[in-house]
Amino acid sequence: MSWESFLYMGGYAVYVWPAYGVTACVLVVNIVLPVLQRKQLLRELTIKQKRSQAR
Amino acid sequence: MPIIRAFWAIIRRDLLLAFRRRAEMANPLFFFVLVVTLFPLAVGAQPNLLRAMAPGVIWVSALLAALLSLDGLFRSDFDDGSLEQMLLSPHALSILVLGKIIAHWLVTGLPLLLIAPLLAVFLGLPEQAMGTLWLTLILATPLLSLIGAIGVALTVGLRRGGMLLSLLVLPLYVPVLIFASGAVDRAASGLPVGAQLNILLAMLLSALVLVPLPTAAALKMSVN
Amino acid sequence: MSWIPAPVSRFFHRTSSPPYFYALADRFIPWLTIIFLLLLGAGLYGGLYLAPTDYQQGDSYRIIYIHVPAAWMSLFIYVLMAIMGGIALIWRMKLAEVMLISSAPIGAGFTFVALVTGSLWGKPMWGTWWVWDARLTSELILLFLYLGVISLYGAIEEKRAAARAVSILALVGVVNIPIIHYSVQWWNTLHQGPTVSKMDKPSIHVSMLVPLLLMAVAFKFYYLIAVLQAAKLELLKRETTSQWVKALLEKQA
Repeated sequence: MSWESFLYMGGYAVYVWPAYGVTACVLVVNIVLPVLQRKQLLRELTIKQKRSQAR
Repeated sequence: MPIIRAFWAIIRRDLLLAFRRRAEMANPLFFFVLVVTLFPLAVGAQPNLLRAMAPGVIWVSALLAALLSLDGLFRSDFDDGSLEQMLLSPHALSILVLGKIIAHWLVTGLPLLLIAPLLAVFLGLPEQAMGTLWLTLILATPLLSLIGAIGVALTVGLRRGGMLLSLLVLPLYVPVLIFASGAVDRAASGLPVGAQLNILLAMLLSALVLVPLPTAAALKMSVN
Repeated sequence: MSWIPAPVSRFFHRTSSPPYFYALADRFIPWLTIIFLLLLGAGLYGGLYLAPTDYQQGDSYRIIYIHVPAAWMSLFIYVLMAIMGGIALIWRMKLAEVMLISSAPIGAGFTFVALVTGSLWGKPMWGTWWVWDARLTSELILLFLYLGVISLYGAIEEKRAAARAVSILALVGVVNIPIIHYSVQWWNTLHQGPTVSKMDKPSIHVSMLVPLLLMAVAFKFYYLIAVLQAAKLELLKRETTSQWVKALLEKQA
């Protein structure tokens, strides 16, 4: 099976690939969002701690 | 038994309070009639269409009316602190809560029975379905009050819990809606409805037993 | 709790202490990610490439490899949430509260995926994007249940109280899910719409089944990774002033 016919999905590419795409987006967002938020929070907390130590 | 006396005292108190605010009692009823009136105006007045839609329209409206009246279940008691008194009382909170729910149903659910025949006439529901409509209302409106009580107990501490309440409660109303309107629909076509009524009865009985527990737990959470 | 063996309860007490759990999550996440990627790769390769084309549905059936596992996960996570809710209510275990609320967005995500892929699969099969099919309808109501949990938690300011509220709601929801499911099924047989017999094939060839199961297990591992990440965030948010967070910050600096 060639690469093109694989992507063509027997004519159903319009349905199959968006389905996989949406799934990938949701799965990635559910991991990336908490990780980014945690990094942000850690940064804020570090700044706060430094300030309280400086005083 | 003191607990039974407390149970009756709660019901008597709530009925008395509701009776003193008679004007408010009628509001869910007006709402019920109004929503049903909107449907012919929106979809047109073809008798066939209305007759086919009648069970669904009546039940969706009843559900919305019940939802609208739910907020009053614990709100005033929460605001004036009597809910806290109830939590402190030596009696089991779940029994007192059950009393409050029953009183609430007597005030907001039962009147829907009186107005239902009028709406059935409006929408051209066949006469043979009238008895079933009444039965489903008797069995299912208390279910709406019971299930709704959990949602109210969870949101009563919030200043703007109205929209959230409907989001929490409406999905749980789905089975009630399906079996109640399904029964009326079948009755309108002259089919037997025993199974649906039995299921509604079973749901009502289990809700009577089960609902007070999470409601009491949620109230404790909301008050503290 | 005398009926729980001492080593088990000791294990639970230790694991449920936030700093220990945080470190444990850090240690496990790389391994879980490797397993997940391996399973995902194998599942996708088997499902999209090796599995033969269905003689009735053509290649559109390949959506099954995400649709069905996502639908399984949506139910599985809700049940897990209810179990966590029970633990949180009975033993007042903070970690159970954290896991419960961390699971909700993931479960909602899987429910959403199941709905969208179901719709994308339905379009070529039924000719419309949406059919009031029993399974899609139940899935839609499940999505509302998830959204209710998420917004209730967001609405209550005090997070311990919010966690209690959400635990109660999850338990009420899990009792209702089977009732909703069967009522919707009954309703669907009553108002028979376009039939969906094409999707109700119970017999499925092994070459199609194996990738499906691989994907299902891969999604379970994905859930573990995602819930640990979310739980780490939630723990930090709750315990910003505690000693272990301060130690963690100093170690990072």
